[in-house]
Order: sequence, then C-alpha cells, then structure tokens
Amino acid sequence: MDMISEDKMNRMTPMEKVRMILDGVKNGKILVLEKGLTPNEEAKLIEMTMTEITPDDFAGIEIESYPTKNNQKLLDKIFRKPVIKTRLTVIGPANQLKTLRKDKDLISAIVSSQ
Amino acid sequence: MGLINKVKLNFSSMFKKIFNKKKARIGIYGPPNAGKTTLANRIIRDWTGDAMGAVSSVPHETRRARRREGVTIESNGSKVTLDIVDTPGLATKVDFHEFMAHGLEEDESKRRAKEATEGIIEAVKWLDDLDGVILVMDSTEDPFTQVNVTVIGNMEARSLPLLIAANKVDLPESSPARIRTAFPQHPLVPISALDGQNIDSLYEKIAQHFG
Ligand SMILES: Nc1nc2c(ncn2[C@@H]2O[C@H](COP(=O)(O)OP(=O)(O)OP(=O)(O)O)[C@@H](O)[C@H]2O)c(=O)[nH]1
Ligand SMILES: [Mg+2]
Repeated sequence: MDMISEDKMNRMTPMEKVRMILDGVKNGKILVLEKGLTPNEEAKLIEMTMTEITPDDFAGIEIESYPTKNNQKLLDKIFRKPVIKTRLTVIGPANQLKTLRKDKDLISAIVSSQ
Repeated sequence: MGLINKVKLNFSSMFKKIFNKKKARIGIYGPPNAGKTTLANRIIRDWTGDAMGAVSSVPHETRRARRREGVTIESNGSKVTLDIVDTPGLATKVDFHEFMAHGLEEDESKRRAKEATEGIIEAVKWLDDLDGVILVMDSTEDPFTQVNVTVIGNMEARSLPLLIAANKVDLPESSPARIRTAFPQHPLVPISALDGQNIDSLYEKIAQHFG
C-alpha cells in the first residue's frame, strides 16, 4: 500500500497523477491519497482507466472517496468561482478492492489479495 | 387571445430566436442500468413522438452517445428547447465476465466490454460540451458511488445546473430519501421512467432549471 502526501500531489500535474495512480494500481497496489483528486482529474482518471482495460489483465479500478465540499464564500459565489475541496481517497484494482458500505462519514472496504 | 397579446408573443419568440440561438445541451448521465435510455425515450416520446434507443437489463446497453436536437418542453408557463444527449453508463471498471454472467458468449462479451470502455470515454468527453446534466440514479441502490460523485463534482466545478432523477420508485425497495441525504445541495425528483410516475414534476423542474 502506498500513502501519498498532499505535498507530493501538489507538485504533480493532473496527467502525472493519473499516470502514477494507474501504474501503481496495475502493479496491484492500493493507493491512499491524502488530498484526493479534483473532479476534472477524476474524469481524466476514468478516461485513462478505460483505455488501459484488457480482458485478462486489468478490469479497471475501484475508488473510494467522499464528495468534494463546495466551500463557497459569498464573494466566490458572486463571482461564480467554485472552491472545490478534495478529500481523502483510496484507489485500488477493481478485482482487489471492494466497497462494503459507504455513507456520508464512513467508508467500509475490503482488500483481498490476488 | 387579443391581437396585442399575439403580437407580444410573436415578438418575444422572435427575441428568443435572435438572442437565444444556442439551445441548452443537456446530458443524461448515470451508472449503467440506472434507466437513462428509458428516461430519454420517455422525454422524446412525450415531446416529439419519436424514440431514442434500445433499453435492456444487460448493463452497458448504450455504448455510443446519442443526441436528439430541438426537444421543446413546456411546463407551468416555462418553455425550454433542449438538445438531449443519452450517454453510455459511466463506470470505473468493465469486466467482460459480467456480460458472460448475462448469458453472452466469451467473444461477444469481450467485444461488448471493449465497446463499453469506448462508450465511457465518449460520455466523459461529452461532459465538456454540456450546459446541464440530468443525473439518473437507481433509487434501489447505494447513491454514494464514485461515478455520481465525479459527475456532480464536474458540474459544480463549472457552476452548471444539475438535476437528480431518483429513478425506479415503482420498486418497493427504492429510497429516494437516501439519495437526497447523500446529495442535499441539488434538486431531486423521484420518478419512474418505466411507468411515468411523477414525470410531470420532472418536466416542471427541467423547464425551471435549464431554461
Ligand atoms: N422498475 C423499473 N425499471 C426500470 C425503470 N427505468 C428503467 N428500468 C429498467 O432498467 C433496465 C435498464 O434500463 P436502461 O434504460 O437501458 O438503462 P440505462 O441507464 O440506459 O443503461 P445503460 O445504457 O446500460 O447504461 C431495463 O431493464 C429497464 O426496463 C424504472 O423506472 N423502474
Ligand atoms: Mg442506455
């Protein structure tokens, strides 16, 4: 399991993050991201995951995270500037990480070995 | 209707034609099997008389996005003309074994899985070209999925309107309330796309939010 700090994530471009996640997950790793991904990065990750799925080796990923918080201050609202706060995220191979239960404050997942 | 009123109406529709040339483009999103195509078919049948695409209990039935232009919805005095895009169900994984479990041959399952991954890429790309989203969820299922979180996050990041259709309320185990608790910040309409239950409230909300 790799736990990746917010500082490290902040130094990476969206493409570098997606690459790092997919390389890790395809090597059977579970990744814990301290700060998660932006919605745009999540969309990129889904796209890239789809291009790399192959019938016998890689069926995709499982992601666990909480919805982003939209902490808009009044001024940001006036200027329609969204402030997105991303959150703790766990990513793993679809065949190894399974969600048991997920609600607002608690995610239960099980990790199995291949 | 008096002549003045008629003139006014014509004028206002002319005004709309000139200044509102671009119709709002609305994507119908959600996980596989949520009932997106069933809903798209109903909307298009109700307002144009045509049909959209095939519906099936096998997930990833829709593997190419389909667009229908110029669907005018009128409700409670508001009128909107929309381009409606029915998208392939979004997922973070596609396993061909799932198709085999539905009785398809291995080769066909692998081919469908490949098409499903391409469909998902297409659906993600469409997110950049929309003015609003109807997010369809199956109210019998857990709403806290990455797919829902990602679609909502992307709309919020762009300050674009999003309407949640809590579908399949005809089923006894459905719970639109669970969805409302999960995503309280967005308008939600409980519907059955299959039997049409509460569909008029959805049209009302569509006219209100996407106008
Ligand atoms: N009970 C019930 N079943 C529904 C409802 N809406 C859709 N279904 C059923 O759910 C299944 C999937 O419907 P589709 O409309 O194909 O779902 P979709 O979201 O377009 O699925 P994909 O294209 O595979 O992503 C079909 O068997 C539908 O008949 C509903 O309101 N109630
Ligand atoms: Mg469909």
